[in-house]
Amino acid sequence: MAGKPKLHYFDGRGRLDSILWLLAAAGVEFEEKFIETSKDLEKLRNDGSLMFQQVPMVEIDGMKLVQCRAILSYIAAKYNLYGKDIKERALIDMYVEGVADMNEMFIFLLITPPDEKGAKIAQIKEKAANRYFPAFEKVLKSHGQDYLVGNTLSRADIQLVELLYSVEELDPGILANFPLLKALKTRISNIPTVKKFLQPGSPRKPPMDEKCLLKVKEIFQL
Amino acid sequence: MAGKPKLHYFDGRGRMESIRWLLAAAGVEFEEKFVDTSDDLEKLRNDGSLMFQQVPMVEIDGMNLVQSRAILNYIAAKYNLYGKDIKERALIDMYTEGIADLNEMILLLPISPPDQKDAKITLIKDRTVNRYLPAFEKVLKSHGQDYLVGNTLSRADIQLIELLYSVEELDPSLLANFPLLKALKTRISNVPTVKKFLQPGSQRKPPVDEKLIEKARKIFKF
Repeated sequence: MAGKPKLHYFDGRGRLDSILWLLAAAGVEFEEKFIETSKDLEKLRNDGSLMFQQVPMVEIDGMKLVQCRAILSYIAAKYNLYGKDIKERALIDMYVEGVADMNEMFIFLLITPPDEKGAKIAQIKEKAANRYFPAFEKVLKSHGQDYLVGNTLSRADIQLVELLYSVEELDPGILANFPLLKALKTRISNIPTVKKFLQPGSPRKPPMDEKCLLKVKEIFQL
Repeated sequence: MAGKPKLHYFDGRGRMESIRWLLAAAGVEFEEKFVDTSDDLEKLRNDGSLMFQQVPMVEIDGMNLVQSRAILNYIAAKYNLYGKDIKERALIDMYTEGIADLNEMILLLPISPPDQKDAKITLIKDRTVNRYLPAFEKVLKSHGQDYLVGNTLSRADIQLIELLYSVEELDPSLLANFPLLKALKTRISNVPTVKKFLQPGSQRKPPVDEKLIEKARKIFKF
């Protein structure tokens, strides 16, 4: 009766990436309706489908949800990837918010002028190596378990591993100093649903290229 | 056995104010330890109390929680201000994330470069009356109930009226065409815990001024 979730966004990573990863990890099949032009975005706005006139928007269980965090939290709760009680949820939230802060730097990279890109990339690498990765390595070291929270797979593991892949694309050697993160990445990548998502032909999006960037600028009138 | 929550931040609104509002509305007494100098911040960092070296940080129920959303989510869930099921939570999250987006613009306004300020104010006013306030007025109109979600007080109502007060401080005329929002603001302001928080002598912080910005610059080195 309930159809598959339907994702409305442009054909690229952007702010939808974390949602793709989480749905995929949860083993949920979904559809994607790509926004190709600013007219497509206008149509969605005029339909009244976008509460704040913005995408991502996900049609799921009779709702038209916008705002990535609202979408991610709903999916995580529905598929039991959000801890077993409010204290575990607090830890998961703290961790995924740290991951989100790093992800936001990648989003800004998209609209950074070419002459400033180098400095921004350096900043991402620095924050990863000196602030965020040490924090998560410390969590794993503190309890020695296979997952970040409650000895069970949660959205925190999925979202962190997604970040590790992104940072590695900028700095391939970065995990050398973070053995527990490296092990987590391997472990999570081997989960059947995640493994499938990491293979060619999955809905996973490649890094943004110039062509995609031009398209994004047209769609969102940047 | 569990003491009062302890809030670590500088003596101003910033990213802690929504947490103060929510605790106050929930009738929870809390203590504040103000970060007054960069040395105070250094000390907290060296203590290992700040997972990502940042404040706000709230000591609550044996946790040192950072990341405002993690803190707000925990308080809302603990004090039954987060809806009755995951679908209500999804709506609440969608609404509070929209509120957070507008709030972020208002929050960052005092530290924008002087030559950009006028343009920023114009954008904030435009977004307020053309995007955010209409969205929430529409929600209230759609069900005609006294609260945004589930006919029950939730964090969405508290966080929305906090925003309405900020908007009013910027320009009272912005609320003119939103009768249901005005009524919500009156109604929630009369909830006894909120009424108390709105009175002089409470832990509510005043609007930011030049002196406070200078202090914040010194503490956070920006």
